[in-house]
Amino acid sequence: MSSEIASSGRWAQVQRVSVERLHIRLESLLVLVALSAVMAVLSPYFLSFSNFLNILLATSTIGILAIAATFVISSGGLDLSLGSVMGLSGVVGAFVAVNLGAPSAFGVIACILAGAAAGHINGQLITRAFVPAFIVTLGMLGLARGLALVISGGRVIYGLPDFMLYLGQGRPFGIPMPVIIFVVTAFAAHCVLAYTRFGRHTLAIGDSEAAARAAGIRVERHRRVLYTLSGALAGLAGLLFSARINSGDPTAGLNYELTAITAAIIGGTNLFGGRGSILGTMIGALIMGVLQNGLNLLAVQSYYQQMAIGAVLILAVFIDQYQTRKESRV
Amino acid sequence: MSLLELKGIRKSFGAVDVLHGVDLAVNAGEVVGLVGDNGAGKSTLMKTITGIYRADEGSILFDGQDILHLDPGERRQLGIEMIYQDLSLARQQDVSSNIFLGREPIKRLFGLFPVVDKAAMDRQAAEMIERLNAHLPSINRSVGSFSGGQQQTVAIARALTFDPKLVIMDEPTAALAVREVQSVLDLIRRLKSEGIAVILISHRLNDVLAVTDRIVVLRHGRAEADLATEKTNMNEVVSRIVGGGDMAVAASHEARG
Repeated sequence: MSSEIASSGRWAQVQRVSVERLHIRLESLLVLVALSAVMAVLSPYFLSFSNFLNILLATSTIGILAIAATFVISSGGLDLSLGSVMGLSGVVGAFVAVNLGAPSAFGVIACILAGAAAGHINGQLITRAFVPAFIVTLGMLGLARGLALVISGGRVIYGLPDFMLYLGQGRPFGIPMPVIIFVVTAFAAHCVLAYTRFGRHTLAIGDSEAAARAAGIRVERHRRVLYTLSGALAGLAGLLFSARINSGDPTAGLNYELTAITAAIIGGTNLFGGRGSILGTMIGALIMGVLQNGLNLLAVQSYYQQMAIGAVLILAVFIDQYQTRKESRV
Repeated sequence: MSLLELKGIRKSFGAVDVLHGVDLAVNAGEVVGLVGDNGAGKSTLMKTITGIYRADEGSILFDGQDILHLDPGERRQLGIEMIYQDLSLARQQDVSSNIFLGREPIKRLFGLFPVVDKAAMDRQAAEMIERLNAHLPSINRSVGSFSGGQQQTVAIARALTFDPKLVIMDEPTAALAVREVQSVLDLIRRLKSEGIAVILISHRLNDVLAVTDRIVVLRHGRAEADLATEKTNMNEVVSRIVGGGDMAVAASHEARG
């Protein structure tokens, strides 16, 4: 089919096909390029290798949360607890490694297990108790944050062991470890969502739960796995974040779900499920990263940045809805 | 021995009893019409066969095997397929993704990672569409962009791709144009000739009388009548559906329809 189009010589269509094959929306790529160009003009510091690594480093935490958001949202679900679970995980990991004095590896495992456990509870409540995902994960947003404050006594748990520090601050080949872990995670997640049965079933459930059920997919079990995965990824984000700042901070990840969900939606994830790609989400996450980095370089107050992110989320959903309605009219 | 044998199937939703002990048997290569008024329990009965609903009481034998405890995926593997009235398609996914949903072929990347063999899916999907003598704009487009008849084609292709033994069709002709209705009826005859059993649920009694071997009338959650199609007529079927009495008016109306 692609050869037909290529022989017809319509360059725009060729491009569209190749971009679609990569599961990316061309528009979001253009926005990223345009935004970077604007920032480059406005700030002389923007276009430098070290700033590029800065953007990636700042994006790594949000990016991993955005991967989690993509899986859950494209299955027709929602996880509002991402930021809080990330905060809880960092505190649990620090508590295990510092207060309990356990070996580093246990700290690492504790981070991810704490996140997975919170996500698993979300999944159980949603699929067995039939409480809507919106309510369950909103409740978990409060629960996880509160628990993080209880465990840490409201204080930062400072001074992580060396191995955990390395995961946040090490720089093999000059590249920050969080960036490496982020890129590897994103690649693996992309392959899972785009090329495995698990990924296809995720999209199918988000597209039509009845169709998925009729096809013999165990919908509830699949959803439980997705929420657990989402929590585990939030745990990984919590690990990288606390390792970077060398402490378990109970307020880490505050409002991060806002940015993560925005990144996923900008990347072309359908808010109501059925469509989503990790590559697209990565572009969305980079857009958020560039936006924040640029506004930082321009010394814009963080209050305004928060407003900008909220506005971008609404704008992205508006554009998506507008396009969907336009297509369905044809 | 029957291919499918239901005995004493009961199903209720909360306080509402829908099925009060239904018996039904279908032989291989037999086309059975299932008719009944709205609310008679036709769809519920079919969903207890596919496993979407679990019967409260009774037994279901398929090919001599008790399938009551199996989930929908396992029953599909045994050869029970259903084409739902709403088609149950994933509208944002393409043709082959729908046909192979839940049964995607796997290949091992580097002999290790199990990835979905999309190329094989596309190839087999195209072959199946061709075998059905159907035409689709493109098998790479999302099925939500297709017309009703084209979506029906995808749903039928999905039901036939894995060599079923029993195909249940829920109102397959309700939303189709006249010519498309004929091609669905032809398809049912072809399935019969290949030894595949079909249960046809339809309000269009003309279609049912034209294509079935037997007609089972469901009324108030019970199998009210089991009629050989060649020995019955519109009048009898209609009167059994509504429950006797003077049915001349209703029957002549249906005959005209």
